[in-house]
Parts: sequence; structure tokens; C-alpha cells
Amino acid sequence: MIDKRKPTLKLENLCVQYSVKGEKRQILHGVNIEIAPGEAYGIVGESGCGKSTAAYAVLRYLPRNGSVNQGRILINGQDLLGLGKAQLRELRRTSVAMVYQDPGRALNPTIRVGLQIEEVFELARIPKSEWAHRTEEVLRRVRISDPQQVMERYPHQLSGGMQQRVAIAMALASMPTLLVLDEPTTGLDATVEADILDLILQLRRDSSTSILFISHNLAVIAKMCDRVGVLYAGRLVEEGRTGDVFNSPRHPYTVGLLRCLPQRGRSKNVAPLTTIPGVLPPAGAVIPGCVFSPRCAVADEICRTIEPDIADLGNRLCKCHYPERASIMAVVEPLPPIQYRSSYDPDPALEIRHLNMTYGAETIKFKALHDVSLTLGRGETLGLVGESGSGKTTLARNILGIVKPDAGSSIRLDGKQAAAELAGRTREQVKALQIVFQNPDSALNRSHTVRHMINRTIAKLTNISKRDRERRVHELTRAVKLSDRYLDARPSQLSGGLKQRVAIARAFSGDPRIVVCDEPTSALDVSVQAAILNLLVELQNSKQVSFIFISHDLGVVRYLSDRIAVLYLGRVMEIGPAEDVFSGPHHPYTEALLSSVPSIDGKHPERVKLDGEVPSALKPPSGCVFHTRCSRKLGSICENTAPDLVALGNLHAIRCHIPAEQLPRSRGPG
Amino acid sequence: MMTDDNVRAETIRNKKERRNLYRIIGSYTFIIGAAIVLFWVLCAIFGRMLVPFDPFADDMLNSLSPPSTEHWFGTDQLGRDVFSRVIAGARDILTIAPLATLISAVVGTALGLVMGYFGGVVDEVTSRIVDAVLALPTVIVALLALTALGTSIVAVLFVIGFTFAPIIARTVRASVLTERGLDYVSAAKLRRESSLYIMFVEILPNIIPPIVVETTVRLGYAIFTVATLSFIGFGIQPPSPDWGLSISTNYGLIGGGYWWTVVFDSLAIASLVIGVNLMADGIQSVLND
Repeated sequence: MIDKRKPTLKLENLCVQYSVKGEKRQILHGVNIEIAPGEAYGIVGESGCGKSTAAYAVLRYLPRNGSVNQGRILINGQDLLGLGKAQLRELRRTSVAMVYQDPGRALNPTIRVGLQIEEVFELARIPKSEWAHRTEEVLRRVRISDPQQVMERYPHQLSGGMQQRVAIAMALASMPTLLVLDEPTTGLDATVEADILDLILQLRRDSSTSILFISHNLAVIAKMCDRVGVLYAGRLVEEGRTGDVFNSPRHPYTVGLLRCLPQRGRSKNVAPLTTIPGVLPPAGAVIPGCVFSPRCAVADEICRTIEPDIADLGNRLCKCHYPERASIMAVVEPLPPIQYRSSYDPDPALEIRHLNMTYGAETIKFKALHDVSLTLGRGETLGLVGESGSGKTTLARNILGIVKPDAGSSIRLDGKQAAAELAGRTREQVKALQIVFQNPDSALNRSHTVRHMINRTIAKLTNISKRDRERRVHELTRAVKLSDRYLDARPSQLSGGLKQRVAIARAFSGDPRIVVCDEPTSALDVSVQAAILNLLVELQNSKQVSFIFISHDLGVVRYLSDRIAVLYLGRVMEIGPAEDVFSGPHHPYTEALLSSVPSIDGKHPERVKLDGEVPSALKPPSGCVFHTRCSRKLGSICENTAPDLVALGNLHAIRCHIPAEQLPRSRGPG
Repeated sequence: MMTDDNVRAETIRNKKERRNLYRIIGSYTFIIGAAIVLFWVLCAIFGRMLVPFDPFADDMLNSLSPPSTEHWFGTDQLGRDVFSRVIAGARDILTIAPLATLISAVVGTALGLVMGYFGGVVDEVTSRIVDAVLALPTVIVALLALTALGTSIVAVLFVIGFTFAPIIARTVRASVLTERGLDYVSAAKLRRESSLYIMFVEILPNIIPPIVVETTVRLGYAIFTVATLSFIGFGIQPPSPDWGLSISTNYGLIGGGYWWTVVFDSLAIASLVIGVNLMADGIQSVLND
């Protein structure tokens, strides 16, 4: 039985090191954490700060080159490090369970879901006759409506959200006292993420399982956890109740993390985002004094020489010499408000009419985009949002000419018809349209130097003479705030943020008119994300380029966009000025998307749930494509007739049968 | 506003590429393999100057004498010193095999790049031709080349190039398929690079590691193939002290107990092939992780 006095998990001065090619690198430096029975504890921090190492250490499941070199791990009072192999197995079988980030890789692809879950019962020595029944029960607990059918499937036949439910079901099957969740929703769409988080909250209410929740997403932690620990470079720098820490952070790093997120209701026209200068020190680096001091805005000589102890400030622990300085940390001055730009541009930079895109041959047709019409004004940012599979990236690729749309689609650049394929476009048109890709590792050629990549692009896209090109390279790198010393570096020598700067410099080499930003910050940490977003805004203001900004992060989209288009199954469901799209009246789909975003302040509006999953684009629903999941379906009209995009004025249009005046029901987060 | 992302994090990563080279040179497998190969390369270059006897000089009075302090590896039917011949015999095989491998690597890489990059019909057609060539046994190709080109070094180069290039092409094609899907290729297209530029300047540098590994492995096979071809009397001609040729001339003598005329040449071939394969293993284990 659970002893109420004993913490479920106790980490005492936990130190973990990895040996990499003979070098010892200290990853965790004396971490102390206690999780009470039934409590949910969150660990946040940027990538590389040691979050996952802590999670794996809790299960004593470190990679072969990792080892605990100091400290103790106690689960229900039992010291994990003293356990033999058999006892460790026993503990993992009965007391702890883990849910991994990528359910597609955590489940065995060759075993049916039912059999995989039954294995847990087999290990728990439950009589075989009960397996099937129990499997069904546990699948019902994770709210899978037809467990019989799911049990017969292979993991690849399930969507990401369903896979993660199955993984959670497996973890719960052994009724653990401690559940470790390592970024369980990171790869999922916002709506699916919201479902999974709701599920975990529900399960918490029903059982006394303690939870260790690892995430880089502060809002998710705010929603899920009672207490939170902020990890920086393998040290716990602040710990306390979630509300206390997030509402009045005391450690400068926590302050920085919270401030660099785009805030609700703020846009690029109000103020640039706050950033944390510098980058995380590499694993194993020795920094004298406070480990955060090189990046800290309020650090002084003491911070740089003496490492602070973790001090009890009453309602929290904080590892800082000057916790009182957090409140006086400089806040970025708001910019003078820029005129809100959403009037109709009679001479748009880009005009798309009736764009259709079909993949596949005669037998299987996959319609990725369906009659999309958009305009993009000069210097305007159009945000594209929607779940994965909604056609955002396909649309970007069509516009760029990398993928050829169906016949009859029209793309006009500066009033001139552009050929569907890149090869048919004029040099001016090719030059005018550039892209910043999502993943800089893929977008930059790892064999080429930064100088070569930028120089070559200038050479191919402009008439600048060879002599002047070098000067232009310097201009560009300066514009993206990339130091000259990186010019001869190759991508492998740069951090994620620096790589994305190179990619941006390259995209701006030929003075483009329109730059497509395809999730440019989703692979980056929040502090780096803020700097990149600020950079994009600066470049836009100085060069008057238009952006098509694709992102699944609604906060980021709202911060950056002048107008927003919401895509669902390749159709524009709603389009309008960013303010209007966020404040409503919304399309029911937009409403659901908005309400699924967790927020840091802990105030969560009533969530509009989406039923089921995104239907297959191979067989889109009849009538309004959204009717299968719509919470406000009117009746047969939605099933039979496809609605038109209805203008609500002020360039705001919604594709729905519900009359505009009846649309506002609940106010979304605003 | 941040002035610059800090450098400190990067210094560790800085050395990665150079470290790969050090790691290859530092692996025991590679060192042992390279030592063996280096020994034979030195023999091939300087062997004829250093050997105690002229590898071509007959000495009928001393024919088929067993290993002794004077003739370490004994003498052959014509009384020639086997030790001197084994050392000198490295030259032909170590000229032809690397050259043939180089030819197949160049042809195979070009072919693989085209197949992988263009895909579609080009890939379909070329892949089927490659499959067909791969299905032909080397000996059949050798016999065809023999009738068409006569027995010459050129014919040997042709046979090995023709049979090995498709294998390398397949490896290269697979690597190109992965690279082609990466965004830097799209970025190159968006600045209107030619297909040739994308294939050879953008993609090729990134797929060098698998090409190096595959080529080293092929070199081992090429040595074996050259030896086989000279054994069946194709390519290198007498009186060359070539190992395969010597084995072919002398293997009938084993029944009479004159093992030394064959064993040392066989060991020489085996050691060279093993040496090359050890090098290949060493390179592969470093580049693959």
C-alpha cells in the first residue's frame, strides 16, 4: 500500500554523467526533487538542460554511456541504485511506467495493439483468461470508444493521438505508483494535444498515481502540474507551486523563459519579444559561479564567482543570489503603435485564384488543396494555420513552384501570371519568392560553408558583380545578426538558432518580395524562437517584404500576422484580419483550434472539443467537410451542401452555414 | 535584443569533422589493415630493387628446391626464387585492382547520381539495366570481353569496371534518394541551379562517406577478381611474377609435395584482401555512427 508519509519519488542530490568518446560530461548536477503520492510534478527547460536524462534516471534506464555518479533515487522509499537486476525488473513491472514522446516508435509495429497490452498483464502474472477483458477495460479508461476494433489493429493503422492513448493505456495497465511522461504531446496537433492532456487530467482525478511530467512547453506544465521545477544546465534553478512560479517567477531564467513567449493580445506592432541572450552552455562545460550568469541580465561579480545555493523563499526554492531582482528585470519598451494594416490592397504582391492540388494517379486521388483563393498585400504577413494534413505546406510549395498545382490554378505575382512550375518562371519571379524552411538541418547543405551558401545565392539571383558580392554577404549576415566569424563555418558547427539565421540570410539574398516561412521556429527553443521572430519582423519593416507564415503555434501566428487564413482539409474555412479571427465571430473549427491552446496563466476557457479525427482527404466528407466533427452542426444542410465563404465585412470571411450573427457563442481566448 | 548567439557552445562541435579522421586513423582494425596494405604497396613500388634474387632469372640447377636459408620460400620449376617473386608480384595486381576500382567508382557514382536524382522513368530503365548486369557472373563477362578485346590489361579493367560500377551505382542511388528529399535541394532549385550543379556540388559531397566505404569494399573484391582472372589466364601474362598467375602455373605441383610454389602466393593474395577489408571495416564503423 502507498505510504502517505513517504514521497513516491525522491531524488537526492542526483548527479548523472555521460562519457562521450572518453570525455566525461556532467549532465545533472545535484538535483533534488520530491513528488508526493498523487502529485503531478513538472520539469521544464530548454533542450539540452537535462530533462530527459532526469526522466530516464528515474527508471534507471540511462543509455549505456550514462551513469549516476552521485546521489540517490528513491521510489516509495526504496533506493533504486541498490537494486539488483531482478528487483529492478520487479519495480518497473509494478511501480513505475513511462510514456515516451514519439508513440510511433514506442509501440512495436509488428504486434497488434491488443497483444501488446496483454503483455503487461502477462508480466503482472494475471491469469490468461482475464487478459482480453482487462485490455478492453484499460483502453476504455483512455477513452477509446471501440476497444475491440483498436485491439485488432497494428500501431501504424492508428493516428498519432490514438497511438499515444494506447501507450498511456499500456503504462496504466500495470497500475504504477509513478508515471513518467516525457514530452507526451510534443509531436501532436494542438487539438489532439488538448485531448491527451484532458485525458491525463481525468486519469489523475481517478487514481492516486504520481506524475513526473517533462515538457519544454510552459503552458502545458501550467495546465497539468501542481508543482514545477525549472531546470537549467542540469541544475534545478527554481521550484514551487505552478501558479506561484509562473505568475511571479523569481529566478532570472524563469523570468526570461516566460517573457519570451508571445503574449496574448500582443502583436508585432506592439512590442518586440523579450529574448534571453546567449545559448545554453554545452554539456560538461565548467562555468564559475552561477551557471546562468553569462546570460543573466541582473548578474554581477558575485554571481560570476560564487555559485548560489538553492534557497527557500517561503513559497518556493530559488537558486539565485538576487531573487528580488527578478521583478525589476527590464521590460521591453512598447513600440509606438504602427497603423493597423488590413485595408484592401488593390495591387497585391501575390494573388492566388482557384488553386487546386491533386496528388496521385487516376485510381487514388488525393486532393490536398481545394479551390484556394488568397491575396497577399505588400509588406503584409498572412498566417496559415490548421492541423497537420490541412494543406499548409502544400500551398507553400505550390506558390513557390516546387510542386505544380492542377491545371486551371492561377498564381499572379505583382499582377503578372506566374508559370505553375519553377522552370517556366522568369528570373524576376523566381527571385521574388523565397522560403525559410522548418528544419535548418535539412535546409542548409552540411558540406557548404555559410559564405558559400549566401554568396552562391546572390550570384544566381542578382547581377551583383563578383567583387561586390562579398560586401553584400556581410550586409546580409549583419542584417540577421550573425557574426562574421561564422562565415567560414559549416552548419554542423552552428547552433539551431544560428542555422536558422543563415537560412534567413539566404532567403533574403536576392531581395525577395515574398518570403514563405514554413514553421521557422518550431525546431527551436523558446528563447531562440523569440530572437528569430524579432528578426523576421525587423527585416519585414526594413525591406517591406510580405510573409506567408505557416505555424501550428497560434500564439506565434497571432504575434506575427496581419491576416490569418484557417485551412481544413485543403479548404480555407476562415480568413480575416488577425484580431478578428482571434476575437471572433469564429468558424466553429477556428473556435475549436483556439480553445485547445493551453495558456500559462492557468485560465483555461471552456474547451470546444472536436469529435473524432481529421477525415481522410482521399474521401472527404460530403457537404461541409467539417460537419463530421463540428459541434454546431445545423442538420442535413451541412451534410449535403458545401457552404460558401461568407464575407462578414472588414475582409473577414467564414465558410459556414450558420449566419454570422449567430456565430458568436462562447468567446475564445482573447 | 540579443547581439549574437554565443560561441562557447560551438567549440566542442567544431572539431567533429577532423575528429572523424582521427578516429579512423585511431581504430585498431584500420591500423592493422593499413599496415598490411602499406607493406604490399611498398613491395609493389620498391620490391624489385630490394629482393635478394632477380625474380625473372632461371636457375634450372636449383629448380623446385624447398625453403632454405638461401631461398627462404624455395624455388619454382624454373629455379626462380619464390620469395623474390612473391615480393615483386605485388606490382601488377596493385596497379590494376585500384585502377579498376577507381573506374567503377567514378562510373558508378555518376550513374547512381543520375538514377537517384532524376528518378522516374530514367531510374526505372537504368535500374533494370543495372539489375541485368548484376545478374551476369563475372566469368561470363570476362569470357565475352576476352573474345571482344583479347587478353589485355584494358580488358581486365573493362570487366571489373563493368561488373562493379552497377553495385556502386546502387549504393549511391540509395543515398541520393535520401538527400534529394532534403530542403537544401529545394533551396538550390529556388535559385535556379542546374541539375548537374545540384547533383555534383550540392549532393555529392554529402554522400562521400558511403561511397568511400563501398569503394574500399569493392577494392578487396577487385584484388580477388584480378587474381582470379590471371589464374584463368586472362589479363596479366607470363613471365610476370603475379600471384594469381604463379598459382595457376604451379598448382599442379602441389600433388608432388612442392607446396611452397603455391602457398606463399596464396597467402599474399589472402593477406592483401584481408588488409583492404580491415581498412574498409575501420572506415565503415567510424562513418556509420
